[in-house]
Amino acid sequence: MSGTTPVVQGRGIVKRYGHVTAIDHSDFELRQGEILAVIGDNGAGKSSIVKAICGATIPDEGEILIEGKKVNFNSPIDARNMGIEIVYQQLAMSPALSIADNMFMGREIRKKGFMGKYMRQLDRPAMEKFAREKLTELGLMTVQSINQAIETLSGGQRQGVAVARAAAFATKFIIMDEPTAALGVKESRKVLELIQDVRARGIPIILISHNMPHVFEVADRIHVHRLGNRLCTIDPKDYTMSDAVAFMTGAKEPPKEGTA
Amino acid sequence: MSEANQSAKEFESAASRTETVAAFEDHRRGVLGRLQHLLHVNPSFVPLIVLVGAILIFGLLLGSKFFSPFAMTLILQQVQIVGIVAAAQSLIILTAGIDLSVGAIMVFSSVIMGQFSFRYGIPVPIAVMCGLAVGTLIGALNGWLVSRVKLPPFIVTLGMWQIVLATNFLYSANETIRSQDIEANAPFLQFFGTKFSIGGATFTVGVIFMLALIFVLAYALKHTAWGRHVYAVGDDPEAAELSGVNVHRTLMSVYMLSGLICAFAGWALIGRIGSVSPTSGQLANIESITAVVIGGISLFGGRGSILGSLFGALIVGVFTLGLRLLGADAQWTFLLIGLLIIAAVAVDQWIRKVSG
Repeated sequence: MSGTTPVVQGRGIVKRYGHVTAIDHSDFELRQGEILAVIGDNGAGKSSIVKAICGATIPDEGEILIEGKKVNFNSPIDARNMGIEIVYQQLAMSPALSIADNMFMGREIRKKGFMGKYMRQLDRPAMEKFAREKLTELGLMTVQSINQAIETLSGGQRQGVAVARAAAFATKFIIMDEPTAALGVKESRKVLELIQDVRARGIPIILISHNMPHVFEVADRIHVHRLGNRLCTIDPKDYTMSDAVAFMTGAKEPPKEGTA
Repeated sequence: MSEANQSAKEFESAASRTETVAAFEDHRRGVLGRLQHLLHVNPSFVPLIVLVGAILIFGLLLGSKFFSPFAMTLILQQVQIVGIVAAAQSLIILTAGIDLSVGAIMVFSSVIMGQFSFRYGIPVPIAVMCGLAVGTLIGALNGWLVSRVKLPPFIVTLGMWQIVLATNFLYSANETIRSQDIEANAPFLQFFGTKFSIGGATFTVGVIFMLALIFVLAYALKHTAWGRHVYAVGDDPEAAELSGVNVHRTLMSVYMLSGLICAFAGWALIGRIGSVSPTSGQLANIESITAVVIGGISLFGGRGSILGSLFGALIVGVFTLGLRLLGADAQWTFLLIGLLIIAAVAVDQWIRKVSG
């Protein structure tokens, strides 16, 4: 473990659904400035553990520390208020609304003074300027207009806006749940580049993915989840994709020390 | 697993061929495509064209008989009730719902205002406030059933329509409060019917209220966070929730506001017909939905402008008066309105193709 405090630390997390134990005393660690991929077979509980970290489910046991401080999230909104952003596979956007509207959905900026305070008027120029800046930073300003409806964008562009939204508001880290699963090859490529751009800005990322080539391309470390627990954490430079799949499915014993 | 490595390399080579993925491809071509885009951005454009066209055609056919301040403002007076109820209906339909109980809430609220004043002798302003509160409360009940119990809005409001209407008849004992009695003892109930003239044009408080209401709602829907949330919830409630919108609170606010607006419509109804009658306003449901649909608000939610509903209500008013002045059978009005409804929904489908 490096000298700095991990961004997220989960200790002995347990989550049961009736008789099923989805997470069984699992640990979790996300370090500063890294992309941590979380892989695991279907039903291994990789979504469950990430949901526990972002407040979407409340764990039955264990503790979660963010930058060394214990947190108890009751909803994803709590996590969001702490600067944790999530990018979903299914593109959580309102198709008929504009790019700017979508970027600020749920955290709109109001005008100052009378118009904002009493008339509750939105400060569109400020929101549009911010949205344009953020998209330009990530090289996404090939879209025609910031007021274009989301539904006029391609799948890759939409996911680009989602990543830009997360990057714009995340101060702690970003969780990406299968961000490329709904996309074609070209569009996945663009999103992978975006993910690396975001890391270059110093924001750590938790990437949940089934796609081994994508994981091995961008991840600094890989958290292998199996049967509700962290099996091991490996460095993608030391192992091949087939090794990772073998750990995931139980075909191969994990490395003893288990840390990379 | 060298296969995976192999396919990874194929991905790479396939992917590296194109560099600007986010480049915008303009797939819309020609005049028709431009029109489709224009309507996509301004969905109330179609009803506005139809409205202006209808006024011009009737004006040409009827001359000054139709094209006068008096006739124009008469149309406004005739559509005021439908216009107010259509504003409430628009809010609900923008959230991808439908409200079949608007007419019943309106009538029941007006009955409460009347009976509270006459049966219990409650001061009229307080009786009016009770009517407004009851409307809001019924709206809240609708909202709670839709948002928390997750029942379909169609079913909830179909049931509420029957419940409220039956309560209305039971409570009022089917009794009408006569216009003369109201005028003598509780003129405040007829406040919305207060008339004033500017030139040859006659306005009522109800007409001004309808116009002001539509403009305030148009502002709120376009320029406040609440308005954006209403559209987002109607567009895709799950996506809205994931983006951090409080879907429950938004739906509750919409249904409660809709109930309140219907209660105001009930007050305006007393001003319009003079009396308090539990059997009035039976067509408000269908007429409000007609105005909203002709106004270009999508029944699938999240698309359209409330100004369109005003235009929709006015179109119906213009057709009704124009055809009557022409001496045509009233059935021609219904026939034309029917055609307009189907045409409006067809246009909506065509506009929505832009997302396909």
